[in-house]
Amino acid sequence: MIEGARWKKWLWFYLPMGMFILALLFPFYWMLVTTMRPDSELYRPWNHPLYMPFWTTHPTFEHIKNLLYETLFGLWMWNTMLIALAATLISLFCGVIAGYALARLKFRYAGLLGTAIFITYLVPQTLLFIPLADIIRDYRIGDTPWALILTYPTFLIPFCTWLMMGYFKTIPKELEECARIDGATRWQAMAYIIFPIAVPGILSAGIFAFTLSWNEFIYALVFLSSPEQKTVPVGVVSELIRGDVFFWGPLMAGALIGSVPVAIVYSFFVEHYVAGMTGSVKG
Amino acid sequence: MARVLLKNLNKKYDDVHAVKDVNLEIRDREFVVLVGPSGCGKTTTLRMVAGLEEISSGEIRIDEQRINELAPMDRDIAMVFQNYALYPHMSVYDNMAFGLRMRKFGKEEIERRVRQAAEILGIQGLLARRPRQLSGGQRQRVALGRAIVRNPRVFLFDEPLSNLDAALRVQMRVELKRLHNRLETTAIYVTHDQVEAMTLGDRVVVMKDGVVQQEGEPLELYGRPVNRFVASFIGSPAMNFVEVAIIPADGGLWADAAGLRIKIPSKKQEALQRYAGRRVVLGVRPEALRVASGADPAEYAFDTAVEVVEPLGNEILLDVRAGAHAMVARVDPATRLKVHEKVRLAFDPERLHFFDPGSEAAI
Repeated sequence: MIEGARWKKWLWFYLPMGMFILALLFPFYWMLVTTMRPDSELYRPWNHPLYMPFWTTHPTFEHIKNLLYETLFGLWMWNTMLIALAATLISLFCGVIAGYALARLKFRYAGLLGTAIFITYLVPQTLLFIPLADIIRDYRIGDTPWALILTYPTFLIPFCTWLMMGYFKTIPKELEECARIDGATRWQAMAYIIFPIAVPGILSAGIFAFTLSWNEFIYALVFLSSPEQKTVPVGVVSELIRGDVFFWGPLMAGALIGSVPVAIVYSFFVEHYVAGMTGSVKG
Repeated sequence: MARVLLKNLNKKYDDVHAVKDVNLEIRDREFVVLVGPSGCGKTTTLRMVAGLEEISSGEIRIDEQRINELAPMDRDIAMVFQNYALYPHMSVYDNMAFGLRMRKFGKEEIERRVRQAAEILGIQGLLARRPRQLSGGQRQRVALGRAIVRNPRVFLFDEPLSNLDAALRVQMRVELKRLHNRLETTAIYVTHDQVEAMTLGDRVVVMKDGVVQQEGEPLELYGRPVNRFVASFIGSPAMNFVEVAIIPADGGLWADAAGLRIKIPSKKQEALQRYAGRRVVLGVRPEALRVASGADPAEYAFDTAVEVVEPLGNEILLDVRAGAHAMVARVDPATRLKVHEKVRLAFDPERLHFFDPGSEAAI
């Protein structure tokens, strides 16, 4: 903490902190206020005498109604949830197992393998979608949820593997050795000792994977085409921007409601998540 | 009943030969301490017995049964780790019960054994707590409890007291000794602390660079070290070493260095005969030096000046200089000496050690 006079604390702590919070929360406020404003206010030119972009005097639920009843938003939410959950579960399972192996088992090229997995994470999605599109066509899973459930792990597994590898390394290996002397097999030691201790790490990997899948745009845009298959980010953008007409009200309503599940997931697990990122295991 | 036998035990990592041809017999109910500086192979040896390290060559037997290929869980051993290795997500009770549950003991038997172990260690009140709610000493007790509930053939201790503060370490040392007297289970204990080794061990094995230097009862190691390393490692403050020339004169042998000339005691004369005219290393423990009185013969005394006085209460350590060599003498606390004061010190002729300067073996 900053010591000294009160004004110093204000100048160097509260003021920057306040600006930071303001900058972070402003987009959400903007989404909210745009969602609640009637079209007549939204499309008022800036030089109009009653122009006031940051507030509304006639709040309305018209845009939300529009979004829910005129578009397939409910279906998009369901699709996104399903795809994000499935991709997260697959990636977590693989990431935890692979991370454990890379962190604990001694085998040739373990280090090299770890680096190789990391490098696959660095290949930009904007390049990877081209060969992936080919594969998806070959397996005839285009325009189905499987197109995303099976492609999201291409970037989620490396990510989870690395996060879990780091986490497993913070768990003293004596715990496992002790368990094995106590009478546990390696699998039992993993199941009863290591994984329960790694729960914060597993949770943060899961939250990250879920968020990345939920917000993913490019694969969803490329691999899905029919409106009833789309996910929230793609659905909102492709169905609510028609030509050069932006339906700002429903767009923002979609963005707002679309970010709610992620916000809930984060706030629910935030303590575990922080512990996971800082690797706070004490022997 | 458990007798542990290590036969020509070797451990090689890629380019490090960590343990070299260790042969050791640990008798039933014996408490053997492996001691040495870090990197001497003591922990690796212990981990090979535990089954946590593969054996490069050689053999380990417990009661005639070869255990090289057995998994750690099948060796019927228990190990206490330096960092306690308590399972952080389990209560103290569950920590102690874990091994029994893995071995499919009945619920009542588990309960009975855990309660009994807790009582022995005085941790009955802590059973519901989590490890992080315990102090260092309490954690150590839980780690011990986890080992004793299983009633294993052999206990392995890997520097279990190193993470405790000094006062607690002394207390736990006594408790460990008491525990061993009560349980009478064969134990192998690894430490780098020679005081721990001497106080705990029925027998002490001194290791260096993967090789066993000497094994024996604590006082034997102290009184008759086989080489300079053991002599310097056992005892605190460490033994003083002075390089001296062996000179024949007046029908006997004399050890001569700048500012120091002492007669070789008759018992050592014969062994040192072949070193006549050559140099050897004279070793003398601080407690074998005393302030000379009129009764001390001149051939075992030398004059020097005090450089540092370390009053410890029950004794005083005098740092003096004999020619080019710094020496420490442990003298009576009633001695009144000041820095730079001249003093005449006398050796106890029965307690002089000589070492070959090349091989460092005792002469």
